[in-house]
Amino acid sequence: MVQLTLPKNSRMTTGKTWPKPEGATNVRKFKIYRWSPEEGGNPRVDTYFLDMDKCGPMVLDALIKIKNEIDPTLTFRRSCREGICGSCAMNIDGANTLACIFGLDEVKGDVTIYPLPHMPVVKDLIPDLTHFYAQHASIMPWLETKTNRPAKEWKQSIEDRKKLDGLYECVMCASCSTSCPSYWWNGDRYLGPAALLHAYRWIIDSRDEATGERLDQLEDPFKLYRCHTIMNCAKTCPKGLNPAKAIAHIKEMMVERAV
Amino acid sequence: MADVNRGNRPLSPFMLGKDYRLQMTSLSSIMVRITGIASLGTAFLLICWLLAAAASPAAFDLVDGLLTSFVGDVLMTLAAWAIWYHVLGRLRHLVWDLGYLLEVGVSEKMGWGMFIGATVLTLITIIAV
Repeated sequence: MVQLTLPKNSRMTTGKTWPKPEGATNVRKFKIYRWSPEEGGNPRVDTYFLDMDKCGPMVLDALIKIKNEIDPTLTFRRSCREGICGSCAMNIDGANTLACIFGLDEVKGDVTIYPLPHMPVVKDLIPDLTHFYAQHASIMPWLETKTNRPAKEWKQSIEDRKKLDGLYECVMCASCSTSCPSYWWNGDRYLGPAALLHAYRWIIDSRDEATGERLDQLEDPFKLYRCHTIMNCAKTCPKGLNPAKAIAHIKEMMVERAV
Repeated sequence: MADVNRGNRPLSPFMLGKDYRLQMTSLSSIMVRITGIASLGTAFLLICWLLAAAASPAAFDLVDGLLTSFVGDVLMTLAAWAIWYHVLGRLRHLVWDLGYLLEVGVSEKMGWGMFIGATVLTLITIIAV
């Protein structure tokens, strides 16, 4: 259902303002979402100041600097720092992206950092992705075959392999799904752009032999058809992929097999 | 499905505009929904007008007077804009459903086209009638 306000326990309050770095001339303000299960209560937005002359270029550099030098309790996921692991997805300056490949110069003014939208918060910038991963698992993210196993590998022409470009690059960071209003409001039953992009990736794989079953599974008013082509997913994808297009192609295949 | 909210976990902020930046993609999409619902109100007004015409001359004069007053004119102009916008929005959906023009940049341009197009078509409608 359409939900327009946050539940009472989730409304943000003004948090602590941490001291400014001494002797710095190039100072930038960071407003970061904080909530800890140990402290409980409502989430708060803390204010930090960083000396930009001594900070790396990316948002993740700033977060790590805050954690190292100002507040070691600040909690966030990160790993590869090069946009391939998908761990550091968060809402930066009002849009979802990966903190490691999003430059601080791309933000005007204060830098606001929230966890991915409309998700249960585990701690600070860490959302609970259990349901998101379960939805991905539900679309059978593997090669499903019926014919006998070939002596060597399952072969594919260069043209068929090209169909997977723009799909296989997805790192499951959840930026797209959590940018989608349909997913916010019907995420319990709507699979969301990430899971559907993966579904399409296996549907059009020339080696996969379960296309019919895959389409059967998606033939549902909620799983697939809650996509209204809002396109926030494609707009926000840090890898430049287009889940909306993949979903539209699944819908086309549904029509094609029905007529 | 999986039990995702263990304990009293807060829900992260999500409001369009406030917490999540409004973009041409989401704005043009939500406007299709809003103009669609608003056009239901327009249809309701039209039915009121017809019902009043069927009821009595006095009732018709009342409703017709309201609809042709200045407020009625403003309302009808907005209604015309909403209908045109909705038509263009549904046309965009038709193009998308055929599998074309699904790139972000093109979709954003079509969004601008819907706002400008609806305004131009409303002006033409006003001049024509």
